[in-house]
Amino acid sequence: MATIPKTASGIAAAITSKQITAREVIDSYLAQISARETDIHAFNLVTADAARAHADAIDADIAAGRPIGPLAGVPIAIKDNLCTHGIETTCSSKILEGWKPPYDATVVSRLRDAGAIMVGKTNLDEFAMGSSTENSAFGPTRNPLDTSRVPGGSSGGSAAAVAAGFAPVSLGSDTGGSIRQPAALCGVVGVKPTYGLVSRYGLCAYASSLDQIGPFATTVADAALITEVIAGHDAMDSTSIPQPAPALVASVSQGVVGMRIGRVTDLPAGAEPEVIARLNEAFAALEAAGATIVDVTLPSLSYALTAYYLIAPAEASSNLARYDGVRYGLRVNAVDTNSMYGATRAAGFGDEVKRRIMLGTYALSAGYYDAYYGKALKVRRLIAEDFERAYAQVDVILTPTSPVVAFPFGDKVDDPMAMYLCDIYTIPTNLAGHPAMSVPFGTGAHGMPVGIQVLAPALGEAPMFRVGGALENAAGGVK
Amino acid sequence: MSPSGTPISAVDVAKVARLARLDIDEAEVVHFTEQLAKVMGHFSDIDALDLSGVGPMTQPFPLVNVLREDVEQPCLDTDEVLAAAPSSDQSRFRVPPIIGLDD
Repeated sequence: MATIPKTASGIAAAITSKQITAREVIDSYLAQISARETDIHAFNLVTADAARAHADAIDADIAAGRPIGPLAGVPIAIKDNLCTHGIETTCSSKILEGWKPPYDATVVSRLRDAGAIMVGKTNLDEFAMGSSTENSAFGPTRNPLDTSRVPGGSSGGSAAAVAAGFAPVSLGSDTGGSIRQPAALCGVVGVKPTYGLVSRYGLCAYASSLDQIGPFATTVADAALITEVIAGHDAMDSTSIPQPAPALVASVSQGVVGMRIGRVTDLPAGAEPEVIARLNEAFAALEAAGATIVDVTLPSLSYALTAYYLIAPAEASSNLARYDGVRYGLRVNAVDTNSMYGATRAAGFGDEVKRRIMLGTYALSAGYYDAYYGKALKVRRLIAEDFERAYAQVDVILTPTSPVVAFPFGDKVDDPMAMYLCDIYTIPTNLAGHPAMSVPFGTGAHGMPVGIQVLAPALGEAPMFRVGGALENAAGGVK
Repeated sequence: MSPSGTPISAVDVAKVARLARLDIDEAEVVHFTEQLAKVMGHFSDIDALDLSGVGPMTQPFPLVNVLREDVEQPCLDTDEVLAAAPSSDQSRFRVPPIIGLDD
């Protein structure tokens, strides 16, 4: 049997050219899952039998000469807040345990149409609320690089699945950093596309004006490839940008000669010294590759955390009202509907979800709306305007992805504010609706990986992937 | 302190939980009040900002109405949807009485 390539593009090429079969590939990945999943807990559900059957069907298509997609036979792990028809989708919450959606998310059907094979549904912080995957109702995911540490979150299972070799690529969702931060903490590539570039149809909503689906991968080119497949207009999402998916893979190898890279001189403090050291090395590497470094200021950035933790919970308090024990999921019986709602939601939601629902309800309540939610929306505007001024001078901006490397379990779980500060560099992107990606770039404290974040203006995926590719090339030479 | 000038109280938390249809007990009220007060204390940083003349931004990009032709399209299978419900009766979701029996 031929060696199984490590990348999605390599796997698809080898299967398409009949060097290996889709079944050989899926068996190899399922064997890796069997070997380490007990230690990692990346998945809420491994769909091994369906994956093998799907692989056999693709091999039959190839044997019969039928057309196959660009991801033919590529194993992929799917975050468990993305609806999969007839396959349990839990959002890592007791309130949805056992729920089998009656439809597929658009991204799930697009991946299947492209020939990708789902290997399972990955663990997350309940309803994508958290930065460590410790808020899962079904137990935490462990960082494959050091199982005493968190993988980040909320898409910790998807990041860990790729880092552990359970799949070459996976999908996550990013509301305030939930793809980029776990990518950084697990040493893989993670992309949050422009708001509206990827359809949110079938993504269980957390904060609808901020949520976006994106890929994890081991290489920047694979992340670009998956983005190409899942992007593009979808009539089922009213916020979907009415444009076809952009071509992105070619950008990865274009280099950065002549590009202007922004360095934020008033970046909010708090990053570990090793993280700042890697950031400075990243600037030096891009300069050596032909880019120009330009200082920019983003004075409102330090207020982004406050704006985010008012806006996201406000939207969540509305979105999560649907989990009421009527149409799906858990019901705790009571004498009347109001008592049933209260008892069901008390039993079904974990503490962090309850905190955010209450925070959002408070921020939206009569007498507090202007002081909290209304004010946060104005701060959001200031942040977007800061970016607009900066992008008049630069093509992309470079920051750390996370202020800290992967931390031990229990470090922040009872201190919500400490956990929220993990998102300080990632949330401004979501507030503005822009794309951003995390690229592994050396290591920091305890030998754990550091991620460098590339931020770009709306629909700036092409320049973002150019810089991501250059960082990946340079990363081999750093500590 | 919060932008409104007073920290969130246990009474506020109990009221908010009721509005959000979340049953929480006395111990939880105390616990959540402490945590939410700490989080909301951080939010006072935006009090220093001059936001006069700044318009609210609710969405990354302006929303537009998205309409399709008013023609029949395939929809979800009723039996499949009802099969996922905690209780159903004759193609409908079944719920406890809306008006409390003890009222």
